[in-house]
Amino acid sequence: MAWRLRLAPEKTNFDFFRHQWLTFGGSVLLMLLAFVFWGTEGLNYGIDFKGGTTLRTDSSQPIDVGAYRAAVESQPVGDVVITEVFDPSFRADQHVAMIRISSAEADQAVSEDALTAVKTALVKLDPAIKFVSEETVGPKVSGELVYTSILAMTVTSIGIMLYIWMRFEWQFALGGVLALLHDVFITVGIFALFQIKFDLTIVAALLTILGYSINDTVVVFDRLRENLVKYKTMPLKDVMNLSVNETLSRTLMTSITTLIAVGSMMVFGGDVIRGFSFAIFMGVLLGTYSSVYVAKNIVLMIGLDRSEKPKNGKPSDHEFANIDA
Amino acid sequence: MLYSPLWKRLLILALCAWGIAASLPNLFYSDVEAHNDAVKAIDAAAGMATPEQTAELARWPEFLPNAVVNLGLDLRGGAHLLAEVQVADVYAQRIDSLWPEVRDALRDVRDQVGSVRRMPSVPGVLRVSVGNADGLAVAVAKVQALASPVVSLTGVGQKDLEVTTEGQEIVVQLSEPERVATDTRTMQQSLEIIRRRVDAVGTREPTIQRQGSDRILIQVPGLGSAAELKAIIGTTAKLTFNTVVGRTTNPAADPGPRNSLLASSDEKDVYYIVADEPVVSGEELTDAQPSFDQNSRPAVSFKFNVSGARKFGEYTSANIGQPFAIVLDDKVISAPTIQSAIQGGSGIITGNFTLEESTNLAVLLRAGALPAKMNFLEERTIGPELGQDSIDAGKVAVIIGMVAVSLFMLASYGLFGLFANIALVINIVMIFAVLSTIGGTLTLPGIAGIVLTIGMAVDANVLVFERIREELRIHKTTARAIEIGYERAMSAIVDANLTAMITAAVLFFLGAGPVRGFAVTMGIGIVTSVFTALWVTRFIIELWFNWRKPTEIVV
Repeated sequence: MAWRLRLAPEKTNFDFFRHQWLTFGGSVLLMLLAFVFWGTEGLNYGIDFKGGTTLRTDSSQPIDVGAYRAAVESQPVGDVVITEVFDPSFRADQHVAMIRISSAEADQAVSEDALTAVKTALVKLDPAIKFVSEETVGPKVSGELVYTSILAMTVTSIGIMLYIWMRFEWQFALGGVLALLHDVFITVGIFALFQIKFDLTIVAALLTILGYSINDTVVVFDRLRENLVKYKTMPLKDVMNLSVNETLSRTLMTSITTLIAVGSMMVFGGDVIRGFSFAIFMGVLLGTYSSVYVAKNIVLMIGLDRSEKPKNGKPSDHEFANIDA
Repeated sequence: MLYSPLWKRLLILALCAWGIAASLPNLFYSDVEAHNDAVKAIDAAAGMATPEQTAELARWPEFLPNAVVNLGLDLRGGAHLLAEVQVADVYAQRIDSLWPEVRDALRDVRDQVGSVRRMPSVPGVLRVSVGNADGLAVAVAKVQALASPVVSLTGVGQKDLEVTTEGQEIVVQLSEPERVATDTRTMQQSLEIIRRRVDAVGTREPTIQRQGSDRILIQVPGLGSAAELKAIIGTTAKLTFNTVVGRTTNPAADPGPRNSLLASSDEKDVYYIVADEPVVSGEELTDAQPSFDQNSRPAVSFKFNVSGARKFGEYTSANIGQPFAIVLDDKVISAPTIQSAIQGGSGIITGNFTLEESTNLAVLLRAGALPAKMNFLEERTIGPELGQDSIDAGKVAVIIGMVAVSLFMLASYGLFGLFANIALVINIVMIFAVLSTIGGTLTLPGIAGIVLTIGMAVDANVLVFERIREELRIHKTTARAIEIGYERAMSAIVDANLTAMITAAVLFFLGAGPVRGFAVTMGIGIVTSVFTALWVTRFIIELWFNWRKPTEIVV
């Protein structure tokens, strides 16, 4: 037998319901906490959702955030947020800052004059400064983006739910989508807790989490469906345990390969995309957890009607059994 | 023994060969781009090539594919604007220009309707008060006769004006179908004009798209800043020739009814009072070219169409010795005195232009005026350095991610892991091949999409390999185990990838800009990864299996 890296023993027999109060209860608690953070701390919205202007500066001189702030705030602008950016890929003499400005008047985009004044003041402070990017989003668009994002999440969830309902049973659809929402909300909670900038790309990341996490859950469900036909008399809970054990090796493999790839993006992909990579990284972790500990628990709670199986009346153990790959 | 049908094996080979050929140009990005630019430039010059262009042309051989992926704004740097066209402006213009017609029409029936007066109202609505209330019905009929059928597919059989009465007043506005038709025309016109103006500056592959009902997205790679882009498209370039009523230095002077006080563009503290109703407007221009006046100063020569030429000729012959104003975007650029009747419809605009200004003005006049004002809702400028940094970082992340995942697969599945890794490389190649061929745009989140695909692409293989292991454990023969492994893993793979596809589709349809780029690479990645993981690895496994004929295998 050749040597192989094994993430799980060949045959496992874990009882994934044994500490249900801890695992499933913990998930519920984490979700509640996520809502609490979301409600109390709020999200650190980027200009996509709040409107305003961001300037990215790049200079060979070290950045004095206080001096930057003083220079920007002396201009006719509203709130100013300045953060220094660090990244392993920067050169030794590369100093980058992100400056977020909101307009002095409510419901207005930052005026061009104000922006020019800000830039002039910064150049006066540091002649080596360069403005490598500049983005302005008006209040009208930012409001719409919030709406579109919520719409996108809802449409995706419903789409996935319909698909699973079609391919499995409605209990699976509900369990799967609730597990998804668990992943997404906890990720959002983490963004609220650490006040990481929340912009449009993060929404894309959350949608990607939906896609990834359901992928994991579906593989478990698929095995569950197969085993339900195979072991007609085994209690539902045991069939579930068996299915998760059987797919455990695959679940871990796929999670690890995805985490490796996304982790590489997070570390080496540059600071512009770090928030996005981080969100996906968290989502993959949570998605793996929820497909093992959350989705099937919900199905078990609702219960399955196993009397009328097989549904299509065919003794085939498998809907795709006759497909030639 | 394991056999796929011959056609399938040939198809797989053909697809892989195509993938390699079609993605190849991306490895020599700058060479291919230089070649493509040269091809375009030579085409534009009707086949005449300068020596430099010939040299550029030679940087990439003609017989190889030359489609490369477009780099998004966040990778190449450039300017992005989201503009909202004030479509309602056009209603107001239409209604305003209707007033003289309404007045003339009602004048014919003066004995029945009495005196007619225009009443103040919101823009886009014409209110006319009629002196004699009994004549209201006659007046309404007269105004209704001015309406013409709506020119559109949906509004067939409907009139363009909606005429109602309110007390002693006739209220005229555009009807609903006419508004819809007008909006469509306004948007098309705006798009066309923006396209012409941006093209005149000559940058590479600008994106000019209509978004939603009244928005236009403009992305110009390689442009310095959004402010520059705004300067190119922002000027409405509305040119009119108006009667001059007076000239003053008082900025607060009262211009009187139906006149406006307009500043002079080159003389400080000089204001002209001009009549609101233009004699001729820029829409009647057929041509405008930069030229020089008698004193060899830069000027713009223009030519009117037939009706413009007639109006201009009549006006100039009736007003010899009087000044008239040439008004551009509400500024008087010059107010020459009419020396003689100008027949034939061509003339020259002088002002204190520089050569560049006269060239720009000619371009703007030729392109035509924007039909309505635009508000800029979103402005983004990305510097080329930042884009290059992102590309470099993305490359490093892709390579490291891929090497790490490959090593991991190798350690976990040995020889089969190697097969999966070959498929993984082909997968990346295929993604670039498809992106290049469909002219897709690669954005920074798009690169992240590729990285994510690397992680998820091996998933299908993991599913298959795990399944083969299970089958081997229950002592199936090797060939049978491989076959069943693929068969049984199929349903999980289909379900997993279809649900991921739902997400990609939603992201594509609801996402904007970079996010859409992510959806594209993710969607392509899903399709290609299923192809490579199922077909390509199976093909390789079959080759290996039939060659070595192993009696037992270790996955």
